[in-house]
Amino acid sequence: MFYREAGQYKTSYKADQAIFPIFQDRMAIVFYLLVAFVAIPYFGSDFFITSMMIPFLIFSLAAIGLNILVGYTGQISLGTGAFMGVGAYACYKMTSIFPDVNIIILIISSGIFSAAVGMIFGLPSLRIKGFYLVVTTLAAQFFLEWCFIRVPWLYNYNDSGAIEVPQREALGVIVTGASATPTTRYLIVLAIVVAMTWVASNIIHGRIGRSWMMIRDMDIAAELMGIRPLYAKLSAFAVSSFYCGVAGAMMVFFWLGAAEVESFDVNHSFLILFMVVIGGLGSLVGSFLGAAFIWILPVILRAIPDTIGLDINAATVEHINFMIIGGLIIFFLIVEPHGLARLWALAKQKLRVWPFPY
Amino acid sequence: MDLLFNIFVSPFIEMVTMPDFLLQVLWEGFVSGTLYALIALGFVLIFKASGVFNFAQGIMVVFAALTLVGFHAAGLPAYVSLVLALAVMGFLAWGVERVVLRHLVNQPDLILFMATIGLSYFLIGFGELIFGGEPKSMITEQLGLPTGSTTIEIFDGIVILQHLDIAAAAIAAILVAGLALFFSKTRIGRALRAVADDHQAALSVGISLNQIWAIVWFAAGIVALATGIMWGARSDVSFALQIVALKALPVLILGGFTSVPGAIIGGLIIGFGEKLFEVYWGGLLGGGVEGWFAYVIALIFLLFRPQGLFGEKIIERV
Amino acid sequence: MFKKLILGTAAVAMLSGAQMMSASAEDMHYVPSLSYRTGPFAGGGIPVANGFSDYMNMLNARDGGIGGVKIVVEECETGYNSQKGVECYESTKGKGALVYNPMSTGITLQLVPKAPVDEIPVLSMGYGLSATAIGEKFPWGFNYPTTYWNQLSSILKYIDSKGGIKGKKIGFIYLDVGYGKEPIPLLDKLATSMGFTTAKFPVGVKEMQSQSSHWLNVRKERPDWMIMWGWGAMNSTAIKEAAKIKYPLDHFIGNWWSGADADLRPVGEVGKGYVAANFSGIGTDFPALQDVLKHVVDAGKSQVKDKSLVGDVLYNRGLFNAVIVAEAIAAAQKATGKKAITGADMRVGLETFDLSAARLKELGLEGFAAPVKASCSDHEGAGSVFLQQWNGSAWEKISDAIAPMNDVVRPLLEEAADKYTADKPDWKTQSC
Repeated sequence: MFYREAGQYKTSYKADQAIFPIFQDRMAIVFYLLVAFVAIPYFGSDFFITSMMIPFLIFSLAAIGLNILVGYTGQISLGTGAFMGVGAYACYKMTSIFPDVNIIILIISSGIFSAAVGMIFGLPSLRIKGFYLVVTTLAAQFFLEWCFIRVPWLYNYNDSGAIEVPQREALGVIVTGASATPTTRYLIVLAIVVAMTWVASNIIHGRIGRSWMMIRDMDIAAELMGIRPLYAKLSAFAVSSFYCGVAGAMMVFFWLGAAEVESFDVNHSFLILFMVVIGGLGSLVGSFLGAAFIWILPVILRAIPDTIGLDINAATVEHINFMIIGGLIIFFLIVEPHGLARLWALAKQKLRVWPFPY
Repeated sequence: MDLLFNIFVSPFIEMVTMPDFLLQVLWEGFVSGTLYALIALGFVLIFKASGVFNFAQGIMVVFAALTLVGFHAAGLPAYVSLVLALAVMGFLAWGVERVVLRHLVNQPDLILFMATIGLSYFLIGFGELIFGGEPKSMITEQLGLPTGSTTIEIFDGIVILQHLDIAAAAIAAILVAGLALFFSKTRIGRALRAVADDHQAALSVGISLNQIWAIVWFAAGIVALATGIMWGARSDVSFALQIVALKALPVLILGGFTSVPGAIIGGLIIGFGEKLFEVYWGGLLGGGVEGWFAYVIALIFLLFRPQGLFGEKIIERV
Repeated sequence: MFKKLILGTAAVAMLSGAQMMSASAEDMHYVPSLSYRTGPFAGGGIPVANGFSDYMNMLNARDGGIGGVKIVVEECETGYNSQKGVECYESTKGKGALVYNPMSTGITLQLVPKAPVDEIPVLSMGYGLSATAIGEKFPWGFNYPTTYWNQLSSILKYIDSKGGIKGKKIGFIYLDVGYGKEPIPLLDKLATSMGFTTAKFPVGVKEMQSQSSHWLNVRKERPDWMIMWGWGAMNSTAIKEAAKIKYPLDHFIGNWWSGADADLRPVGEVGKGYVAANFSGIGTDFPALQDVLKHVVDAGKSQVKDKSLVGDVLYNRGLFNAVIVAEAIAAAQKATGKKAITGADMRVGLETFDLSAARLKELGLEGFAAPVKASCSDHEGAGSVFLQQWNGSAWEKISDAIAPMNDVVRPLLEEAADKYTADKPDWKTQSC
């Protein structure tokens, strides 16, 4: 009734090909942004912002990065955790070498390093496909993990082997370190994620994005039609790793505050792949939905027994959590292998004709 | 110059001057190779029959070992526990087929892969809920596995052979031979190979896919139990053991996902290569290179043979 | 009908839960316990968490809490994972937490910078960042009764007493994470000043249970003594491998996280002779532990699976952690005159308590641990460690308390503290 396009005429090709062709969709985006930029910082508690929203946004960005590779280009990767690590260590090194440069610029540029590393490890993808490629990306994962431990230069020869975020200011406000308020950190993360999502959307809908999708759908056919696999695959690896690198740098600088190699281990690669698959392959909305599902759901599940006054000990809750999440993953894969994004689209479709479906 | 010397000369001098130690390294490489092969075998069995890259194999190892130890702790004799643990693995196979695989027929590989990760989350939670997270000791002696060691004096030095390792290698060999016979000589085995070749063709000649899958997962369960007993006896039975499964992945690439002999030879190559490299060259890089070395060997192999050593040739058509 | 019933119960439960919270929020000592009963390191995490909560519950049952105020221990499961640890911290800090016991070096590293901002002290008992021992630089970080660095110096002293250390080769096998690498700078420093050589064997988390190549390297290097900084499944595997290459186990010394009953039980007879450091008593032969058995374990309020697990090395470690927290709470009450205290008061308590030999006796823990005296500048108490040896089925104490080499370690700790605070311009320090 409210969500319908009757009466909205398109008078140009440009309008017809817009990402949000319907007026209500554009309104919804404005509404989400308002909620994210105004309502949440204003009403959200510290716990909600630091333990739910910030990691959710960061993982969403990483999921977008991986989605570019897996969902749009069809190259499965399990090296996400390590690529995030490259971004984090690069940012840490840069801020200790150039302490006066604005930290936000450094965070964005740390993506360049992970993009370069990603391209190197993307080279085998020209020859290797499918699960064999999975294992080559695992090689990247374990080799980089080893480097994070074994190259003390990366963590400034710290005794603990961990990187600790120094305090940095931008525009006179403390933005990193323990003294930075959750709201500041949240707003910066949100701004970066929104901006980079917009860029990703433009790349994907442009020429480069279309060449990725051709490679995904059938690489030999794409080659015959004049797409160079070398450029397409490597650019996908580069862009994907860039996004993961920025997400990794933000993870350490705006969320954790300190990190060991453990924060970039292979479990994170799985976690983000989950977000991509559950959210929906080849969908930006899906990356957000998947990140919300995989990150926020366990936090809520953990809080449930406490809020309803059940006295179950923490370990049992965790065990049951694992079972529920494992079960839900299987359930969702069975019910909707195209992910939450498809459910989202279906819901929108239903809403269009509501309340008169016939 | 020093570096080159350390890379190309001194390791070999060491090998020649301490031949007993070299033998020991080779023996350890052989033992870990067979154990890696055993884990890889579990992956290969399932991949061959259903095209599923079963990530849950690692947790199945832990789960099988915990069940065995758990039954024994409940007061049952070791061999009864062994049979019951096998029954549990059989039930698990049946359940996985019923609840998961049956509903995911014809889905892309990635979806099936993710489903097995979901399964491993479930099993982690379930296993910890039932058995608790404490490490337990494997009932090595009760199962009649040998302990102790033999010391061989050779080349003015000693080589220590653990009886348990010998048993592990022997059991791995028997399992592999048994499975190979089963798959080549029996009716079910032939049906299984038919399924591996072409699902639809197999269905059309009256082979029940569901039954085959349950059997294959059960076979993988048996392999998991054997792996769990061996690794458990070498350290202890705890949830940390699931990480060991990651070691099998490079073995898989090297041998090819679909080849049983490939898993064995791949396991041995990785076992030998890893130990030799870590002991003689690892120190140059600061040690701890084992974690990625196997992957890098596999990667290099892949660049020349993208389908693995024994994998079926990939034919690409438009 | 059934649905209604469930909804009804849920609503009642919610209401009563809310009531309980509001009734007890005022008068309680809220102590979160960041435990890990899941994951690869659960074998170590479970007994520590049990000992911690059981002692607190015993105080509640026997004395009605501390100073008449009940203690509430809330466990939050971290799985030894820093991210979950931070999440636990964020979710519990708002409830009036007095002190955090992260139970993991990785999580401690995350919490140390947050502590001064939220004004909740962090007590990492015998783990964590060694530099927090410098009270001037770390007003909010504590690691009573002693640090890794002190411990290492005590172990080296022990080796020195057994036929001299000069000219010997010391092998150091460690879990290749922040925890294991922590003591290396000290080891390198002492190697030059004491005149021994070192060989290091890092064990990655993935290799914890397949250490054969590490021990082949040990056989190649032939160190005279081995020192281990291990945790979880790494320990039992290492001891088995050491026995396999016929390394003399009485020359193999683990740190205090590598000498638990849970580590050695799977090894059994094979591990006979293995030595490990410890700073908390062994067994249940202490009045306080008997009280724990009586008031908590026998009353069915404990999470311990089997009564025989009470008195384990790690159980007693967790219990000792609880003793320090309880003593600090009492000291804070005394210092501030308040019954219900805050995190900032707790910090005062942690700097003023005095766990003397007499006080230990009063608590029913005579000889359980070396006395710890808190002070403003010294946040580690410089406690000494003793060594214990595995006789095939149980631990036996084989040495007296060995004092650390404070004169060597303290300057190094100060150096490390300076390094830590160097790039933090607003870091809060204090003068003592």
